Amino acid sequence: MSLTHSHHALSESSTSLEGESHATITAAQSATELLAKDTVLRTENLDFFYGHEQALHGISISIKKGQVTALIGPSGSGKSTVLRTFNQIYRLYAEQYATGTILFHEQNLLEPGLDVSQLRKYIGMVFQKPAPFPLSIFDNIAFAIKLHEKLSHAELAHRVEVALKQAVLWDEVKDKLKAHASRLSGGQQQRLCIARTIATQPEILLLDEPTSALDPKSARQIEDLIATLAQYTTIVMVTHNLKQARRAANYTAFLHQGQLIEMAPSQQLFEQPEHELTHDYVLGKHHEER
Amino acid sequence: MLLARQKWWSIDNLFVGTTKLFALLVFFLVFAIVAALIHASYPAAQAFGFEFLTTDTWNPVIGEFSALAAMSGTVLTALIALVVGVPLSFGIAVFISELAPAWLKRPLSITIELMAGIPSIIYGMWGLFVLAPLMAYYVQPSLHNTLGTIPVIGHLFSGPMIGIGLFTAGLILAVMVIPLIAAVMQDLLHTVPTVIREAAYGTGATRWEVIWHVIVPYIRTGLIGSIILGFGRALGETMAVTFVIGNAHKLTSALFSPGTSISSVIANEFAEATGKLYPAALLELGLILFFITFIVLACARLLLYRYKH
Amino acid sequence: MLLRRKIANHLFSAFTALSLLFGIGIMAAILLTLLSKGWAGFSLPIFSQSTPAPDLIGGLKNAIVGSLLMTFIGMLISAPIGILAAIYLIDSGRGTKLSTLIRFFNDILLSAPSIVIGLFLYVLVVRMMGHFSGWAGALALAFIALPIIVRTSEDVLLLASDPLREAATALGAPRWKVAWLIGFHAARSGIITALLLAMARIFGETAPLLFTALSNQFYTNNLQQPMANLPVVIFQFAMSPYENWQDLAWAGALLLTLSILLISIIARCLGQKRN
Repeated sequence: MSLTHSHHALSESSTSLEGESHATITAAQSATELLAKDTVLRTENLDFFYGHEQALHGISISIKKGQVTALIGPSGSGKSTVLRTFNQIYRLYAEQYATGTILFHEQNLLEPGLDVSQLRKYIGMVFQKPAPFPLSIFDNIAFAIKLHEKLSHAELAHRVEVALKQAVLWDEVKDKLKAHASRLSGGQQQRLCIARTIATQPEILLLDEPTSALDPKSARQIEDLIATLAQYTTIVMVTHNLKQARRAANYTAFLHQGQLIEMAPSQQLFEQPEHELTHDYVLGKHHEER
Repeated sequence: MLLARQKWWSIDNLFVGTTKLFALLVFFLVFAIVAALIHASYPAAQAFGFEFLTTDTWNPVIGEFSALAAMSGTVLTALIALVVGVPLSFGIAVFISELAPAWLKRPLSITIELMAGIPSIIYGMWGLFVLAPLMAYYVQPSLHNTLGTIPVIGHLFSGPMIGIGLFTAGLILAVMVIPLIAAVMQDLLHTVPTVIREAAYGTGATRWEVIWHVIVPYIRTGLIGSIILGFGRALGETMAVTFVIGNAHKLTSALFSPGTSISSVIANEFAEATGKLYPAALLELGLILFFITFIVLACARLLLYRYKH
Repeated sequence: MLLRRKIANHLFSAFTALSLLFGIGIMAAILLTLLSKGWAGFSLPIFSQSTPAPDLIGGLKNAIVGSLLMTFIGMLISAPIGILAAIYLIDSGRGTKLSTLIRFFNDILLSAPSIVIGLFLYVLVVRMMGHFSGWAGALALAFIALPIIVRTSEDVLLLASDPLREAATALGAPRWKVAWLIGFHAARSGIITALLLAMARIFGETAPLLFTALSNQFYTNNLQQPMANLPVVIFQFAMSPYENWQDLAWAGALLLTLSILLISIIARCLGQKRN
């Protein structure tokens, strides 16, 4: 089963570089690299500012298609900030802005004037704290779908069921779809939010510490769910739980004070980190969490 | 191309534009008020110029108007309100916040808030029909006989003891601003972190000492802000003052005597203000009041700003 | 030494308790006065007849209706503007210098003398129309309610709206849909309370109506005409030398106060229930 059946093939959007206002050399490079089937999103020299404070310095990171990438680092390292540039959610806040390049489908997301609300159909985000809408369970998911697609009621009901099944929530709520979402437990609410996000069948799923607000049992359920979702969608996950990153992620990127220190296949990063800072964080912490 | 350029015209832009427009309305309202009042008071400003602010004649018959008596009355009554009201507000805020048992805090807060909701005309009526006689029979004579004998400040407690006048107006204003100041002070007390409180009590200080020497300095700027806020409110009060101030255009420091305030002049005399100059003079008074309160309230807000979020 | 500190402490505690008793005492005294002087007036036909000439029997019907009309219309005008303005402040305007400025001016307008608003509308509307009117009165009340609604709506909307905003935006919802979602959530948790409290405030305002709606001896629901209202009628009757007018003034004062207290209490109960 593939979530991505409705998307444009990467090879389709050829070498049209319209709208690229940055150095053409970079654009040409990125066009060829992005056409490489294994990268779905790439940043180049990404800086991020909260007002006058610079939070990210020259981040250049590639997200591999179909893989689970974890972003780890101490608090304040900028891992959530990086994640939030991927779906441009920071634009809600006037004093936050980014410079550099974020390439997705041959477009630089930071280009001025782009309508980024469309972006969220392809890149979805699940937040740390479950945020169910003040609607029924059914309407929560329907809301998301209706934003982008016009469906008959039967089709809508079907899509809601599919989403809830994928989020492993269907059996628990199928008899009470009209119940208010706030009645669900914390773990269920988070699964509802996940169902809501994957209902639009995004290419990339961004998870911002998806289990840190949950009890261990619910956290485990979500982790299993993430493993299942990883089979057919690209996942980028911010976590401060190193064991979780090691278990769940194919690739891990370590950030420190707004800089990307190291990124490698998870096993390599955790067992043989190249950089001293990575070593301290990963192996030092490992001792604590044993 | 996956993402289109943002449409110049869209429902969303319309929505954002509308919300922005309405928000700006609030902003421009202030300027509109000033502009309208300047325009309408121009005849008086032209006729009296700067002396409007420095003389105290008010003679509708011959068409001579000036603001000093009203301005001084406004400020004096507001000051009396502060002198009487601030300590009481502080006491109330401290009691509810620090001394009251947990189950009593919320009902007391609500009671004080309800007090703030009573319209000023009610305070005015109560002031005129209940407080004023009490003042005339009991309070004013005793004050005159005790504090009135002290040299220098004793003069304040003189004047015809008929119950209405600057002093009574000040007292009514005090009662009116107490709920406001007490509420703000209560919020301020809540912002003090528990660690500071616990550390202070841990040194063996008494409650009074903790509050006065640790907590008050911690929120000192806010406390000043709340006082200035109360001052600003007291300056602008109309109905409560109009009932009991006596409406005499006189510059005086004998607080028991009748006086006038800007808002009560306008409220009392607007209906009979005939001609061009009379209404314009009243409108100029309104403009002056708006300026004074604007400056005072701006100061208060600046001081309280840091405690807001 | 310790004894002195203890005494000082006890004196202070006593002072605070006395302050509270004083405050509550004043409120009780006012309510008692209203009840004792106003209750008798309730035997008069206050709801069925309009304000009478000085020596005749009459009621407060025109004043009550006038107040209700102008308050409702004032709220009808200011509520949407205020709520949408608040939405701007927490959404598109979040973090901008403009929103800080607007908030600052809004707070000043909130505490500004209401008489000035009345004068403003006098110059703007009454002079243009050539006469006092219910419309001018309703507008005056609307402008007084506006900053209150903006401020309290902003607090309510801000309370739980950030996670909701981000979650909805992350799904791709346009700003107006996000606002609708937040508004829906807020309506369940406090906007109604905010509106009721604003309404309670403007229901008792006198000064601005003195220069806009003034009053009317007769019953009318024509907003183009000067319109009677409780606060101004109370003012005029209380200051008059006629006994029956004074009785009506007290009855009106009691009615006004009870209504406002009732609205405030309902508003708070609603607020509590949501939480």
